[in-house]
Amino acid sequence: MATTSFRKAKRLLSLGIGTVGLVLALGVILLAIVGPFVAPHSPLDFAGAPYQPAGDGLLLGADSLGRDVFSRLLAGGSGILALAAVATIMGVLAGAIMGVAAGYLKGAFDELVMRVLDVAMAFPQTILALLFVSIVGPAPWLIALMVGVIHAPQVARVARSASLKVADADFVLFAETTGASSWKIMTREILPNIFDPLLVELGLRFTYSIALIAGLSFLGFGQQPPTPDWGLMINENRIGMAQNPWAVLAPIALIAVLTIGMNLFTDAVSRLTRARSAELNEAEPQSQALDLSSAGSAR
Amino acid sequence: MKEILRAVPQPHASVSVADLRVDLNGAGIPIVDEVSFELAAGEILGLVGESGSGKTTVGMALLGHSRSGLRITGGSVCIGDKDVLRLSERELRAVRGKSITYVPQDPGTALNPALRIGTQLRESLKGQPATEADVLQLLSDVKLPTVPAFLAAFPHQVSGGQQQRVAIAMAFASRPAAVVLDEPTTGLDVTTQSHVLDTIRRLCAKHGVAAVYVTHDLAVVATLANRVAVMYSGRIVEIGPTSVVLTEPTHPYTRALIRAVPDLDGPILLQGIPGQAPAPTSRPKGCAFLPRCPMSIPACMAAPPSLARVAPYHDVRCIRSDVRVQAAVTAGRESASVERIGPPLLEIKALRAFHGSAEILKGIDLALAHGCSMALVGESGSGKTTLARCISGLHKKIDGLMYYDGQILAAGSRNRAVESRRQIQYIFQNPYASLNPRRSIGEAIAAPLREFESVSNEELRRRVGEVLDQVALSRRAAQQYPHHLSGGQRQRAAIARALIVNPTLLVCDEVTSALDVSIQAVIVELLDRLQQERGISMLFVTHNLPLIRSVAQQVAVMQSGRIVELGAVKDVLSRPKAAETTRLIQDAPHFRQA
Repeated sequence: MATTSFRKAKRLLSLGIGTVGLVLALGVILLAIVGPFVAPHSPLDFAGAPYQPAGDGLLLGADSLGRDVFSRLLAGGSGILALAAVATIMGVLAGAIMGVAAGYLKGAFDELVMRVLDVAMAFPQTILALLFVSIVGPAPWLIALMVGVIHAPQVARVARSASLKVADADFVLFAETTGASSWKIMTREILPNIFDPLLVELGLRFTYSIALIAGLSFLGFGQQPPTPDWGLMINENRIGMAQNPWAVLAPIALIAVLTIGMNLFTDAVSRLTRARSAELNEAEPQSQALDLSSAGSAR
Repeated sequence: MKEILRAVPQPHASVSVADLRVDLNGAGIPIVDEVSFELAAGEILGLVGESGSGKTTVGMALLGHSRSGLRITGGSVCIGDKDVLRLSERELRAVRGKSITYVPQDPGTALNPALRIGTQLRESLKGQPATEADVLQLLSDVKLPTVPAFLAAFPHQVSGGQQQRVAIAMAFASRPAAVVLDEPTTGLDVTTQSHVLDTIRRLCAKHGVAAVYVTHDLAVVATLANRVAVMYSGRIVEIGPTSVVLTEPTHPYTRALIRAVPDLDGPILLQGIPGQAPAPTSRPKGCAFLPRCPMSIPACMAAPPSLARVAPYHDVRCIRSDVRVQAAVTAGRESASVERIGPPLLEIKALRAFHGSAEILKGIDLALAHGCSMALVGESGSGKTTLARCISGLHKKIDGLMYYDGQILAAGSRNRAVESRRQIQYIFQNPYASLNPRRSIGEAIAAPLREFESVSNEELRRRVGEVLDQVALSRRAAQQYPHHLSGGQRQRAAIARALIVNPTLLVCDEVTSALDVSIQAVIVELLDRLQQERGISMLFVTHNLPLIRSVAQQVAVMQSGRIVELGAVKDVLSRPKAAETTRLIQDAPHFRQA
C-alpha cells in the first residue's frame, strides 16, 4: 500500500509527458484529416511563382511549380497516415499471432517460425520494400503490405518473449488440465496478459511506418506526382531550399512532431502498464520482504 | 564449550525499543505504532504476526531502515547507549553490520552471486584483521565445512541451507549487540531448518547477542525464542515469556492463532479466524481485532486498548484480558482409517517420471480409496509434487500405469478422456499465480465448466454463485479481479474453480503454504467439509507434517522418488517405521510440547 502512492506519483508524472505526446500526435493526425477541407487553395492549382517565399497570401510560400505549400501540407498527410495505420495493424496482427503461437506451442513450431523470421529480418528492410515495389509498381496496397511484412518479425519477437513468460503460469496449466484448446488458451489466457506490450508495440510500429512510408515517397516509390504527399514534397522541393525552405521544412517538422509525440505517448503507456502489471501480478506478501533484504544488509 | 563462553567478552548491551512508529509516507497513517520492548543480551524475542501485521517493518526499523514509501516517525531504538533513529546516515552505516546486523529471508538475495563466500565473510568482519583462521572459525561457528575450498566457492555452488548459514555467520561475525532475523528458515526443509535454528540459538547464547526473530511460524518460535511478541495490525497485542504466551494466551487473537496451528502430536480441530486483518487505512476506531473477536463488548469500540500488564513480564493489549477462557484446543476427529471394499478410485503401478534424463520418480505404487484423503509428504526434491502432477496430467514424461476408476489414465491431460479430465481437479500451491490476473473471478471459475458442459449463461451464473457460496466467498467476488482479493480468498476462488465441475478427486499441491496460519486453517476446514459433504477424494501434497493430522486419513512418505512408508496417519506418526519418517517427525518443530 505504501508503494502505491509512490507509484501513483510516478504514474502522474509519466502521464504528464505522455499527455504532451498524445496531444502532439493527435494534433498532427487531426491536421491531416481535417486539413484538406480547410485548405485555402487547391493543392494542385498554381497560386504563385515557383519557390515564392512565405507571405503575400501564401502562408508558407509556393513550391517548385508555384503551388501553395500550406494547402499541399494540409492535404498531403491523410494518405501517408492511412497507409501507415493499415500497415501497422497488419504487421502487429500478423506478428502477434506468430509470436503468441511460437511462445505457447514452443518446440519445433517455435523454431521454424522464429528461424524463418530471422531470415526475413536479415534483409535490409527498405531495400526489401524497394525490391517488391520496383517489380510490381508503387501501388498503395503493396506499400502497406510491405511495411506490414517488415514489422511482423519484430512484433513477433516481442509477442513471443512476452508469451513465454505467461505460457508456464499456473493458470495456463490449469486450463490445459481442463482440456481447453490451444486456440482458446492463446486467446483467452495468454493474449490478455500480453496486451500491454502489444499496445506499446502498436504505437512504436506506427511511427516506424510513417518514417518508412515517407521515406519511400521521398524516393519516388510512394504516391506519384502531382498528388500532395509529405515525403514527396521533401523530394520535390529540396532544390529550392534556399528560396523557400518552408516547402521542405514544414513536412519534415510535421513528421517529426508526429513521431516524437507518438513515441512519448507509447513510452508513457509502457511505463504505466509495467507498473500496473507489477501490481496485478504481485507475488505473495512475504516476498515484499525480499526487496528489502539487500537494503537492510547494506553495510 | 564452557571455556569458549568465558573467553569471549560478553557485551552487556541490550536492545530497547520505545514507542516506535512507522508511517505511510505523507499520509500520516501508522503502519506500525506503539511498539515497545526490551531485550537483554543473549535473549531471543520471537516477533510473530501474519502478513501485513508490520513485523518485518519493525525488524527493519531496528536497523533504522524503512522501505520506500514508509517513514519512521517516532519513538526510539537504542542499541546499547546509541539511539539508532537519531543517527545520521553516515553514523547509521557504521552501526549497521557492526552493532546490529540482519539476516534476510532469502539467502539467495543476501549473498552477492559474483563474490566468493570467503570474500563476503572477510568483508563482514569489518575492519578487524582477518586471518584465514578467523574466517574458518566463522565457518565452524555455523557448522559449515572448514575447508578453503568452501571459501573459494560461489554462493550458487552451495545449498540453500548452507547459504543461509553463511548469511548467519556474516551477521554474527562482527560480534554485534543485536541481530534481526527475518524468517531465515522459510524456504528450508525441516531438517535444515532445525539445524539453522540450533545454530542461531547456540550463537546467541555463546556471543551474548540479543536477537529479534521475525516469523509467522509459531512452532519455530516455540522451539527458539525466550520471549514472544504477537503483532496484529501494526501493534504488539501480547508480549511475554514464550512458555506462558503459548500455553496461556490471553489476547483473543493469540488464542485464535494458536487454535489455527496444526499439531504433530495429536489431531486437533483446526479453527481459522474468520475475516481478515484490517488494512492500515481502514482500521476500526477501537480495537483493531474487534471485527473478528468472539468476545468483544461495546466498550471495545471506544478506543484502541493500551498494553496492560496481566502477569510479571506478560503484557496484553485487550480490555477483557481479565476474562479467563479455556485455552485448550478442541481435539479433532481421529481420522478413521478408511477400509473400503471394492476397487480403489486411483491406482498407480510402477510409475516412473523423468525430467530430461533425470529420473524423478523411481517406481511408485499407490492406491487411493473412494472418499479417502491421502497426504503426500517429503522434503523438497522427494518427488511429491511431480507425482501429483503426473496424476493430474501436467507431467507427461512418464512410464508405468495409472488407473482411475478402473480406466487407464493416459500421460498428459490432452490424451485423456473428457470424463477423467473433469473428475481429477488440481489446485495449485500459489494462489497468486493460478488465477489469470486479466480475468474476473467469475470468468475464471466458469471457464472449466464451459469446457465440460454446454450451459446457458443463466445456468452458468447460478452455478458460479453456488460454488462461491460453498467456499464462503461473497457472490460479489465474481465481478472482481484476482488483485482485489487476499491470498486466502484467491485460494478459495481456485478451489471453487475446481469444484464447479463436480470432481471426484482433488489434487492439492501445498495449497496452504503461501498462506497465513489463520487462513490455512480456514482452507483446511473448507477442504475437510467438502470431503465429508461431497465424498470427494483428496491427494494432499505438503511438507508440513503437523498439517496432515488435520487433513488426511492416510499418508505416503516420499524420499528421492520412492514411497518409503505408507499407512494410516495415526499409525505412521505414532509408530514410524522408515528412517525418513522418523527424521521428518524429529526435525519438525513441536509446538505444543514447548
